[in-house]
Amino acid sequence: MTSSNLWSDGNALAGPLHDVFRVDVTTTIGRCTACGRTAPMAEVRVFDHAPGVVARCPTCDQVLLRLVHGPGRAWLDLRGLTYLQLPAPDET
Amino acid sequence: MSTVSRGFKGRRRPSAELPPGQYLVEDFPVLSAGPTPDIDLQEWELTITNETGDQQRWDWNGFRALPSEPVTVDLHCVTHWSKLHTTWEGVSLDTLLAEVETSASFALVSSYGGYTTNLPLEDLTDGKAWVAFRYDGQDLEAVHGGPARLLVPHLYLWKSAKWTRGIQLLDQDEPGFWETLGYHNYGDPWREQRFWGD
Repeated sequence: MTSSNLWSDGNALAGPLHDVFRVDVTTTIGRCTACGRTAPMAEVRVFDHAPGVVARCPTCDQVLLRLVHGPGRAWLDLRGLTYLQLPAPDET
Repeated sequence: MSTVSRGFKGRRRPSAELPPGQYLVEDFPVLSAGPTPDIDLQEWELTITNETGDQQRWDWNGFRALPSEPVTVDLHCVTHWSKLHTTWEGVSLDTLLAEVETSASFALVSSYGGYTTNLPLEDLTDGKAWVAFRYDGQDLEAVHGGPARLLVPHLYLWKSAKWTRGIQLLDQDEPGFWETLGYHNYGDPWREQRFWGD
């Protein structure tokens, strides 16, 4: 911790991200970093006859998402997305 | 002219033997991380840029005027299929690099469509790599990387970039499309170097 105590270590992500990483990605809305297209992820073009899964923007072909599965681990790259809008329950 | 049956650094194995974890296919699976680019031969170019920025450029006619050779090689895809005794025609990288002054150690290959892959420059030289433009006696189909693709058969096939457009020679290694996301930086099928740490 710094003297101002403004941050916590990564364990603090466990709660807030627990529901996010269980989401069905086809129910989300993504924004392309290249052209700004903002649309349901169910509409992207997925190339999965490849060493990994590659999702591309249907407007500009920008790579939105890459996923590679190896034995016991997976790698996920979301650099092509400015954000994902997720369905989430209202906080009580 | 030479026919190359294997390029595996002096290993002598029966041609039917496969690298570990591979199975044999008779068809030619099509794998791609993106759409097949529509490349006009009038617009096509191949460039090699050295570490100081000097560039050699060939248009299609200039590239096809270079000496080419038939090549028979085995292909090994990291998704576990292998295809044996495939026949190609291409221009050796030794021929292309003969016109380039360099002391670089690495190469980053880029394709029409944005794909990239990296490898040590020494894996492109001494008869180990070609820019191929014919497969099985026919002009190379676009789905298999036509009009021209890199062919580096001693490494997993993701290193043999389809739709090759440029080769950048670098002093420092720069991982490519799959190498930045879990896939092995070198990719020797005989050592089963599929993923980081293999």
